[in-house]
Amino acid sequence: MSSETALATRQRARGLAPFLRSQMRNIAPFLTLIFLTAFFAFASPSFATLDNLGNILTQVSVTGIIAVGLTFVILCAEIDLSIASIANVTGIAVAYFTLQESYVNIANIPLPGAVAIILSLLLCALLGLVNALGLTVIGIPSFIMTLAMMQIAAGISALLVRGQIAYKVPSLITTLGSGSIGGIPWIVIVAAIMLLGGHLVLTYTRFGRYVYMVGGNREAAEYSGLNVKLILGAVMVISAVCAGIGGMLGVAHFGSAQQNEFDTYLLDSIAAVVVGGTSLFGGRGGIGNTIVGLFVLGVLNNGLDHVNIDSFLKILIRGLILLAALVINVYAQRLREKAAE
Amino acid sequence: MIVGQQPILELQGITKSFGGVEALRGVDFALYPGEIHGLVGENGAGKSTLMKIIAGVHTEFSGRFLVDGRDMHFRSARDAHAAGIAMVHQELSVAPDLTVAENVFLGNQPINALGLVQWRRMAREAGEQLARFGIDVDPMARLGDLPIGLQQLIEIARVLFSGARIVILDEPTSALSPPEVERLFTTLRRLREQGTAIVFISHFIEDILLVSDTVTVFRNGRKVAETASAATSKGALIEAMIGRGGEALEHSYTDDLTLPQPSGSKVILKASQLSLSRSLQDVSFEARAGEVLGIYGFMGCGQQELSRILFGKLKPDSGTLAVEGVPKTFASTAAARRAGVALVPESRRDMLFHQEPVYKNISISILDRISSLLLKPAQERDIARRQVEQLQIRPPVVGLDLGMLSGGNQQKVALAKWLTYPPKLLVLCEPTRGMDVGAKNDVINIVRDLRTKGLAIIVLSTEPETVLSLADRILVLKRGALVREFKNEPVSKDRLLEAA
Repeated sequence: MSSETALATRQRARGLAPFLRSQMRNIAPFLTLIFLTAFFAFASPSFATLDNLGNILTQVSVTGIIAVGLTFVILCAEIDLSIASIANVTGIAVAYFTLQESYVNIANIPLPGAVAIILSLLLCALLGLVNALGLTVIGIPSFIMTLAMMQIAAGISALLVRGQIAYKVPSLITTLGSGSIGGIPWIVIVAAIMLLGGHLVLTYTRFGRYVYMVGGNREAAEYSGLNVKLILGAVMVISAVCAGIGGMLGVAHFGSAQQNEFDTYLLDSIAAVVVGGTSLFGGRGGIGNTIVGLFVLGVLNNGLDHVNIDSFLKILIRGLILLAALVINVYAQRLREKAAE
Repeated sequence: MIVGQQPILELQGITKSFGGVEALRGVDFALYPGEIHGLVGENGAGKSTLMKIIAGVHTEFSGRFLVDGRDMHFRSARDAHAAGIAMVHQELSVAPDLTVAENVFLGNQPINALGLVQWRRMAREAGEQLARFGIDVDPMARLGDLPIGLQQLIEIARVLFSGARIVILDEPTSALSPPEVERLFTTLRRLREQGTAIVFISHFIEDILLVSDTVTVFRNGRKVAETASAATSKGALIEAMIGRGGEALEHSYTDDLTLPQPSGSKVILKASQLSLSRSLQDVSFEARAGEVLGIYGFMGCGQQELSRILFGKLKPDSGTLAVEGVPKTFASTAAARRAGVALVPESRRDMLFHQEPVYKNISISILDRISSLLLKPAQERDIARRQVEQLQIRPPVVGLDLGMLSGGNQQKVALAKWLTYPPKLLVLCEPTRGMDVGAKNDVINIVRDLRTKGLAIIVLSTEPETVLSLADRILVLKRGALVREFKNEPVSKDRLLEAA
């Protein structure tokens, strides 16, 4: 049969080169990481030390926690621009529900620690649910919906703190955010557990498979009788809850809760996911990629401090690295599509 | 044929192949000024390929191409346009968010010395042009707010009045109501008097006979007949289109085939008076267990919309569905799947995950049956292996990316995903389109086998062979309405085409 021969030819033509091409989205970030690490290790004697590795891990932890949920969203070919705002408002909420020192001038509602944590988690889940309903029921593109949510969450933050700064959070949050055990910061452990959890969900559960399939071909998912809207809604809630956890621990980590505290985390989280190689078109990538992306960003941020570079130039360099990653991301998709044909 | 006049367009010995398959073999074609030339043939006979060569869409072919007696070779559609050739494609290509006037003047709006658009002049001239076409519509209305038929008429009007000397219309009447068709024909006749040459492609042979001067028939990439319209009939043209005798590769269904007595088995699906804007009108039918219901019609007759309604992808404007007597309104495709309905759409791209392995493609629709929380990859692969074996999917490697499979095998995978836990009703759109003969027969046998297992099956196709080879009962859908039911009686390709 002619189709058989055609197939055989195609298979024979697939050697190492096409394989590498199809795996480019996994290989390129890894090579970037190795290159950056080698570069900074060479350029600065203080970079490649165990202490500094600990620094890097701590520095990427909050981003890592937020990026877990964002990975789900981007795998579905959607985006969540409200994560930093939701992190901020959740961190502020948990402080709002905690008894502050007398000099903190916030009309807050002190509650037991566990209640404060649960209420804060409910708040971020609720905001995620609003995102989900806007996206699936009303049909607002996630880009716009979460842009609005970014502003809404910032507004709630502003109303809660009214320009003040709160310092106290429940003791569990303080421990997880700024404490350590056996020399390892708790926040690194939490980030590692959440990343692992995200990976397990994506790889071994039915829901995880649905996420990949919806991202891979939404039309086909619908024609396969999947409830695409339910899955999209779920990832928006997951994203908001991850952001909220990141926000609570972040507040403890920084030692204060205030407006606009997490602004840089939006770009960092998106960068971590995309630099790691998760496809912006959905269906490809995963937590493994996000971890590599986190390290690329962590090494870059940390390394630039070690090589004594103009701190204003740092911002530009980060932008350029992100652009390069986007270029590779789009090309990797194209190469893979070609390899599949 | 018009004697003693030079053809405005002449093609000699045109041959065109796509990847080794010849779509046109040595076709001669001549078009005279002031002529309406009808083109008929089955899907894939070569009509559209020839027209795309004329319109400069396909630029690689062999043979001579003369315009006004001079050799030409178009490198793009723009070249063809410059030579005075314009084409209206079957799919609408309008800008729904722009006004009627902007659409009419798309690309050459009148501008003043400052480069600003002269809105008033544009609206006035657009209104005048459309009035000549018998269209009375506010030129400043948003085009997308008008009915589809009117939009199509406006698009046709734009091309007809663009000053082209040769106008190609591909299936212009499929979305038009009878009065709109009449309006179009009046305009075509008027343009003919002004010397424009018009090529008119259609499945509606009555339309061709009504408006054209000459008819050319294509079959398997060859021109098989060219006659004056007045000297032929619908029956003769259909016969020329499908051919008698040994030319067809497979069973050609030119002879009568007797459909069986309806079994009277349990009604699985009852559709009552389904309507959807301009696509479907009052469509009612029943699908029974152990029966294949064929729904035949031309491209754009509403089959696609109907299949989407059955699977909860589209919501009808009115009408009801009942599965085994229980009324259903499907809120999503997931709801339709739970109710026991499955759909294989005509486009495999819409149905399958090309970058995922075969086994994930097969298991996707049944994951909730085999796993509650955690996936069971071993079981998924087992199920996939069983399906691959049963449907003889080649190569039998369930871990291979789906994109590596041939089209026919992909189609089998699309079927396989529904077969582990068979649905009550299986809806198949164009199940054999674009397949080689071997794969076609495999699919036909699979469907027959499913029927004996008691599934209700609906096959929707624009290919009469597909419907005839599978169906126990055949409905003919024409412009969104069911116009004929064949049951327990002789049916053939001619009779189907005649009814549609």
